[in-house]
Amino acid sequence: MTEPSDPLISIRDVSKRFGTFKAVDGVSLDIRRGEFFSLLGASGSGKTTLLRMLAGFEAVSDGRIVIDGQAMEEVPPHFRPINMVFQNYAIFPHLNVRDNIAYGLRKFRPTPAQREAMVDEMLDLIKLPGYGNRRAHELSGGQRQRVALARALILKPKVLLLDEPLGALDKQLREQMQLELRLLQQKLGITFVLVTHDQEEALTLSDRIAVMSKGAVIQVDTPTGLYERPKNRVIAGFIGNMNFFDATPSSTGSPQVDVQGLGLVAVNGRVRARSDGATTLIAIRPEKLALHSEAPVTGGVAGVVQALQYLGGRHMVHVTLAGRDTPVAVALQGGQADVTLTPAPGQPVWISWKDDAVLVLDAD
Amino acid sequence: MSGRSHSHRPNRGLQAYAALFMVFLYGPILIIPLFSFVDALYVRFPIEALTFRWYGELWRREPVIDALGNSLYVAAIVSVVSTAIGVFAAKAIARNRVPGTGAIVTFMMLPLVVPGIIFAVAILIVLNRMGVALSLYTVMAGHLVVCLPFAIWSLLPRFEGFDPSMEEASGDLGENGWWTFWRVTFPIMAPGIAASLLMTFTVSFDEFIMAFFLSGTQQTLPIFVWGQLRFPSQFPSILALSTLILAASFATVFLSLWIGRIGLPKAATGEIPK
Amino acid sequence: MSGANAGTGAVISARPATAGRLSRLMFRHEVLRGYTMLAPALVIMVLAILLPFVLMIVMSFWDQVGFDFDTTPTLQNYREIAEKPIYSALLLRSLWVSGIATLATVLVCYPMAYFVAFHVHRHKMLWLIIITLPFWTSYLMRIFSWKVILGYEGVINSGLMSIGLIDAPLDFLIYSPGAVTLTLAHTWAAFALLPIYVSLEKIDRSVLEAAADLGDSPLVRFFRITLPLSMPGVIAAVFLMFIPTVGDYVTPTLVGGPDGAMIGNLLQVQFGGVNNWPMGAAIAVVMVLAIAVVGLCFLALTALFRRWAT
Repeated sequence: MTEPSDPLISIRDVSKRFGTFKAVDGVSLDIRRGEFFSLLGASGSGKTTLLRMLAGFEAVSDGRIVIDGQAMEEVPPHFRPINMVFQNYAIFPHLNVRDNIAYGLRKFRPTPAQREAMVDEMLDLIKLPGYGNRRAHELSGGQRQRVALARALILKPKVLLLDEPLGALDKQLREQMQLELRLLQQKLGITFVLVTHDQEEALTLSDRIAVMSKGAVIQVDTPTGLYERPKNRVIAGFIGNMNFFDATPSSTGSPQVDVQGLGLVAVNGRVRARSDGATTLIAIRPEKLALHSEAPVTGGVAGVVQALQYLGGRHMVHVTLAGRDTPVAVALQGGQADVTLTPAPGQPVWISWKDDAVLVLDAD
Repeated sequence: MSGRSHSHRPNRGLQAYAALFMVFLYGPILIIPLFSFVDALYVRFPIEALTFRWYGELWRREPVIDALGNSLYVAAIVSVVSTAIGVFAAKAIARNRVPGTGAIVTFMMLPLVVPGIIFAVAILIVLNRMGVALSLYTVMAGHLVVCLPFAIWSLLPRFEGFDPSMEEASGDLGENGWWTFWRVTFPIMAPGIAASLLMTFTVSFDEFIMAFFLSGTQQTLPIFVWGQLRFPSQFPSILALSTLILAASFATVFLSLWIGRIGLPKAATGEIPK
Repeated sequence: MSGANAGTGAVISARPATAGRLSRLMFRHEVLRGYTMLAPALVIMVLAILLPFVLMIVMSFWDQVGFDFDTTPTLQNYREIAEKPIYSALLLRSLWVSGIATLATVLVCYPMAYFVAFHVHRHKMLWLIIITLPFWTSYLMRIFSWKVILGYEGVINSGLMSIGLIDAPLDFLIYSPGAVTLTLAHTWAAFALLPIYVSLEKIDRSVLEAAADLGDSPLVRFFRITLPLSMPGVIAAVFLMFIPTVGDYVTPTLVGGPDGAMIGNLLQVQFGGVNNWPMGAAIAVVMVLAIAVVGLCFLALTALFRRWAT
């Protein structure tokens, strides 16, 4: 058997062209055994095309897809050890729930008793016992989703693909199903690959997330990793709040850059100089900034409180800095010692940060 | 006054016009059944007596039965073949990103528009050059050309409204193309396929021009009727026969259009009901 | 999963990831898959449309010698068509009769299509089916019914005579270009109505409401909005009816008589009594060309008109 650390799915330089349009452009990814993996991106980012290539509904134009040691480029969907939950669930309208779930069993020639037992087991798993004789149009959206899950899981796939499976559900049901999906995945230990455009959904569910844009993967990381070490402005912006600063690097590897409004900031040589003299992007999370009512001993930047936002459990203070149009957001955690009083608009304050709080982002 | 009222206000003039239009459309066609029950050799007023004897006479005439048999035979084969081919063509046109689809569809729909006589004559020339003797099979070939566009025409909207993820789901669950067709495509498309079968059956059964040029010694029903038109003494029985043909055609086509338009169960479109 | 169903766990065996070479090829090339499914239809259409057409054109340059053909290419047939007045006379009459019948049919069908599109709110489908029903049914029967109606001893003449309005049958009813025009209009009405109806149905109702809101009366609204927006349907109807009717020979044979004969009759006799197939092929080619020329002229005219109108 293969080592558990081996990737279950290995995608190497995969591209998909439709005519002259490149929907997926040279994507390489490894998806590990038993992992809940998400492809996150806006519509048109190529995430669905990539998923459809994994399932085999689209042939790859270039590159390799290996699943569990087997090359998949020339394998039609019905030979792949993969099953999928479709965006609209694709429940067969002419069959009842029981026959829908048992659809894929024909090839394995189960005895009628085995077939019934397996379907019953699935109906229990999706918590719909007694729904076996319903038709597709007699089911709610959430129930259809469960049937689609059961229909795929009964075949014990190595990988379960989920194409925006929660998109058609309302918010409350969606949150409930997210939890159930996560529990189900942990219980079964099957590798799940989820396609979604919903950052929150990806963060809640996934072990790792690949962020896609314009057919390419921008960053693959854990939810924490994406939060702590975003690679570019888009990723940094879509999870939580972020302060962005333009900075002008003087030379490659210089210890400091000149940041608009903050002055010289230590970046420990992480900035590459740009020959065109363009600015580079620096980001600091609001909670990584400290607020002081008096000038700190070293490295504080003076500003004036512009507005105060109460966010339930914490405050967000917007501070205007000299030489900068956009105010800087500073999150005030409950136990911050330096601020004895809640700052009032107009009050002069100082902000400071640690060197490792400064993120240097790729240009978009 | 609401903005929609202009279209909801009944327009007496248009209603009267519509009634007149329907009389113009159906009046002439209903003349045939009407006079098929008249007990006179000629179609003329005043009507003196009614009878069923022209119908009774039909069944005693062997050529009628032969022609009917030929027509049913031709129509049965043509409808099955054209629908079968039409299913695959319509599926390819609706589904696969095939370059040149527009041109191919236009080309296939040509027989709907180009005068039938041109195709009939052109096919006749080919058959002649290939040394093929005219028979019911050559009639079938001609009818296939006429019926295929109808089959595609009636199946195409079906496939366009048919959620592709149904077939993908079947493939995903391990079925190959053959089983996917029989377990998913066919059952979901059954009403459309039935409509196409009925439609092409009627078109073939009623077709005259191709049969006129391409039939050998065995006649189809329309050709038989055409031949009988020269004999005034046969007129009443031809009226009776025509009535039967019309009635059967109307019933079949009505059924076909009805199944074809409203046979779509809501669930078959893959929509999620609210 | 739980071990409660130990017997069922063994049912699912590993799926082998193998496929035949053909199936791999098909899988990789969607276009190939598409053409494979189209192939039977395409083969039939090529064999039954393209090949015959080409052969017909070739044959039109041959000559009939007894029951055989002289295959040396000659323009003899075309020369004869150009020189003998009967050909051009019948061709022109065909174009004229079809043109008039098409015009009349479109004019008659437009209000009906308008009625169904805008004034039928319930059972619209049923209305459409009933209107188009006759078109799908026996073509021969529909023409035959007009022979019964218009004939010397037909429904109209005998009816009028029996109520004493006329003493002798009206002989102009049947066997005239008028009878052909009337019959063609009736036979093709349903076909012409459909595209007009579709174009009317497609008109966004809010556009009409906007026009009403901006102060147009219903009549003005019709001419400024409805009619221009439905023109594509009207043009389609003209083509769908004009092209096939030019070549019709059943209608002129049954209700046209010698005065109502059309080019289709001339074409048909070349393959029947006259037995001059190359001549028939030449007539067919000329007919197709004539239809194409008239069709292109009509398209050019509508394009000009549209440019002028906007």
